Amino acid sequence: MKNRTFFWFILPSLITMLLFIALPIVSVAVQSLHIEHEAVMIEVENCGPFGCKQELQVDVKKAAKLKKDRPLGQFNGLGTYTNRNHLAFTEIGLAWQSSTGVVDFFSKALNLPFYRALSFTLTYTFVVTPLVIIFGFMIALGVNTLPKRIKGPTIFISLLPMIVTPLIGSLILFWMIDANGILGATLQRIFDDPDLSLKASPTLTWIMLMVYGVWHSAPFAFIVFYAGLQTVPADTMEAAMIDGASRWERTRYVVLPHLMPLTVFISLIQLMDNFRVFEPIVSFSAQASATSLSWIIYNDLVGTESQFFGSAGATSVLTIIGVSILLIPVLIRTWRDFNQKVV
Amino acid sequence: MMSDIVHRRSPVLSTVIWGLVLVWIIAAGFPFLWTLWGSFKVQGDFFSKADWTNAVYGVRTQIETGGTLTGNGYYGAWVTKEFGLAAVNTSIVVVSVVIISLTLGTLGGYALARSGKKYAFYLLMLALVFRAMPHITLVSGYLLPFFEWNLWGHLPTAIIVMVAINQPFTLWMLHSFFLNIPKDLDESAMVDGCTRFQAFRHVIVPVMWPGVVTTGLFSFLLAYNDFTVTATLLSQANQTMVPKIASFLGTTQTEGNIMFAVTAVVSATAPLFVLILFFQRQIVSGLTAGAVKG
Repeated sequence: MKNRTFFWFILPSLITMLLFIALPIVSVAVQSLHIEHEAVMIEVENCGPFGCKQELQVDVKKAAKLKKDRPLGQFNGLGTYTNRNHLAFTEIGLAWQSSTGVVDFFSKALNLPFYRALSFTLTYTFVVTPLVIIFGFMIALGVNTLPKRIKGPTIFISLLPMIVTPLIGSLILFWMIDANGILGATLQRIFDDPDLSLKASPTLTWIMLMVYGVWHSAPFAFIVFYAGLQTVPADTMEAAMIDGASRWERTRYVVLPHLMPLTVFISLIQLMDNFRVFEPIVSFSAQASATSLSWIIYNDLVGTESQFFGSAGATSVLTIIGVSILLIPVLIRTWRDFNQKVV
Repeated sequence: MMSDIVHRRSPVLSTVIWGLVLVWIIAAGFPFLWTLWGSFKVQGDFFSKADWTNAVYGVRTQIETGGTLTGNGYYGAWVTKEFGLAAVNTSIVVVSVVIISLTLGTLGGYALARSGKKYAFYLLMLALVFRAMPHITLVSGYLLPFFEWNLWGHLPTAIIVMVAINQPFTLWMLHSFFLNIPKDLDESAMVDGCTRFQAFRHVIVPVMWPGVVTTGLFSFLLAYNDFTVTATLLSQANQTMVPKIASFLGTTQTEGNIMFAVTAVVSATAPLFVLILFFQRQIVSGLTAGAVKG
């Protein structure tokens, strides 16, 4: 295809991506270097029945004008990145000096909002991703052995947790584990503990969020593996049987290697998607026990009185850096594949 | 047949496999069934501390409304809380997003599949990086400019943003579909004197629909399921279904209103149900398209 023609074909798509994906990344970076204007104070004389006093008041008019002239706020350099709500260098330094051991240090660091969110996001990503692959593989093996007639309905039901809106899917689970919901109430009965609440304990909340994550994403891995199982080479399988390989050995040495590229594909997609975990935290109202990077950005943006664009910007930049680190292996791999194809 | 004998499983293994599949089916399907059933009850039954069978028989529902099933939750959500308006907004957003992103995506995906130049590969890589960006980080880049230019709160703004967020995925998917359409097809048209666009219009467009339908399904799902963009970029009046449901949770702690959210959830899930019913094959093929080809 000629360069000119290519350009015109790709142009509309490229414009939208540059305007609404590339530019916002720049905008986020710029915002992160600014901070809201300080309140403009004005001295007014306040006269009451007990005489006059000089008082400091917020000058609303002047503040509004300042905001209108310079909506970004004032320049703050990297100040937002290092403050308590983000990388918190000072607090981390203090914690390091005052802590009695590694455990103590981590418990102090994890009280800081950014590190708290980061720890949940990373735990979620690296617990849910492998579990999704394992469960997806087991379900695929199971469904593959079913009679043809019930395969269709089975796949239909299996798709539900993935297709249904994440916010809605997590709400449905949340209502079931509510202290008065069917699962929550039953668990209380089983453990004979009327105060048992999956919402109150941070550990249980983390576990529930991850259970939701696996429930939501396992169908994706299942479908991909299931499709892969249909293409397992029949002659290799037969050769293995003739050589006397047991069922387990055939799965281990024929099926698994065949599915390996798919496993890589699933884990890449899952790493990207799990890193942005957000909706279940809203649905579960879990912010007291678990926050994610996406959630703290959202929280800065939808604040009831004012929005903290600088703070949201800084967290966004840090998140983008995190995503980039996760992406590096993917890019290297795709790069290598492409160059091999060319040669 | 000999292969039947070899494939025969021990009864223990069969039981384990059947058990596993059964557990999964229950885990995947039961929550939806339960919520659908519960949406026709009152809160006292759906959230029954005393006995979960209350939700099955509708004991409190019988006392409060005189029947074992009630449509009160649906009445509250759709009539009192104007969920219908949100449903209309969702339809507008979803249809527009699907049409626009498919139009842009087919043109771009076709170009990427036919280019063969190195920069086409770089563009695909760039799209992959864009695909990985968490949506909320992008949203925090839009908000301030959108406020300043008075673009915030309107449906078209949310639509174009979702089209853009959707593009990387659409490009990848359609690019791989177009790779499967033989090059000779459009090239022979061009030998006959068509321009590249005419060849695309008259030769490729008639055969591309299976791929476009599959990609369209996923664009539909992205737009329909989105919470991040719609919750942050739309004003109260223009809210779509998902943020509306989220707002039910924040404000309605009073007795009975939680059922509005339950019925709204069931209402919003129904279209997805129908979608899988009719397009199961396309969804499965779309999920595997990217994977099997590597």
